[in-house]
Amino acid sequence: MIDPIHQFNIDKIFTIGHIGNQEIAFTNSSAYMFGTVALISLLMIGAGRKLVPDRFQSMAEISYEFVANTLRSNAGAEGMKFFPLVFSLFMFICVSNIVGIIPYTFTISSHIIVTAALALLVFFTVLVYGFYKNGLKFFKLFVPSGVPIVILPLVVAIEIISFLSRPVSHSVRLFANMLAGHITLKVFASFVTMLGAFGIAGWFGAVLPLALTVALTALELLVAFLQAYVFAILTCIYLNDALHPGH
Amino acid sequence: MDPIAAKYIGAGIACIGMGGAGAGVGIIFGNYLAAAVRNPSAAQGQFGNLIFGFAVTEALGIFSLLVALLLLFAL
Repeated sequence: MIDPIHQFNIDKIFTIGHIGNQEIAFTNSSAYMFGTVALISLLMIGAGRKLVPDRFQSMAEISYEFVANTLRSNAGAEGMKFFPLVFSLFMFICVSNIVGIIPYTFTISSHIIVTAALALLVFFTVLVYGFYKNGLKFFKLFVPSGVPIVILPLVVAIEIISFLSRPVSHSVRLFANMLAGHITLKVFASFVTMLGAFGIAGWFGAVLPLALTVALTALELLVAFLQAYVFAILTCIYLNDALHPGH
Repeated sequence: MDPIAAKYIGAGIACIGMGGAGAGVGIIFGNYLAAAVRNPSAAQGQFGNLIFGFAVTEALGIFSLLVALLLLFAL
């Protein structure tokens, strides 16, 4: 029986040290993170600065323009001071997701701890910057204007709960999408080997799940990009709350 | 009831919640497409809103999938 969860195993490569009794290990997850950052650096630094861009440089410029336009349209011109944060998040998630689609590789964002760390980074950036820029006026975020005074306490309670649940949904969305997508791929791929075990008739039957696996891989490629975009666009919308708290 | 059987039945029931998310995402993309066909020039400007609505709706379906995955593999 093929185990669809096995691909998410974290294996230790070497030990860095200990904190108390807790071992700090360099794992395959860390290795893929370094690889992702190296790929992005290669793209962005190695792109060159020619007046007429070649393919490599175009790719770097398109990714810059794409994130910058998203940020400008969702958080305004002031939001551009957060461009490094949003661009790093987008590129890191996008490249790591796309690397994860290659068979036998490890998908970093299929672990809740990684996405939760990224989502909490955004959450606390919004919180700290919101209070730094607006002071106590930041609480206006929880009090929508034009609501009748009778139902205001209820609305405020709902707003606070929805604000606090943001990091949960922000992180779980990315994590669960990648996890579910990769499990689906593995399950359909295992149908191929199961049918293949039945001999010649099985081989002909296995064509169907094989074609479906290829189609699903294409879908996963779309999802990998889309989830990185969703993560970035939600980051922009949350940052917009910190920049302009009065609805 | 056998606890293992109850686990699998629970995982199956939890996945029903994804149907609601499917309907919701369908409504969002369907309405976007209807609006985009009527007024193609305004379609590009609403793409961000489309993705935002899709993300917020999909999150709820993903939560029910997560419950199913937790039942199957974690608990």
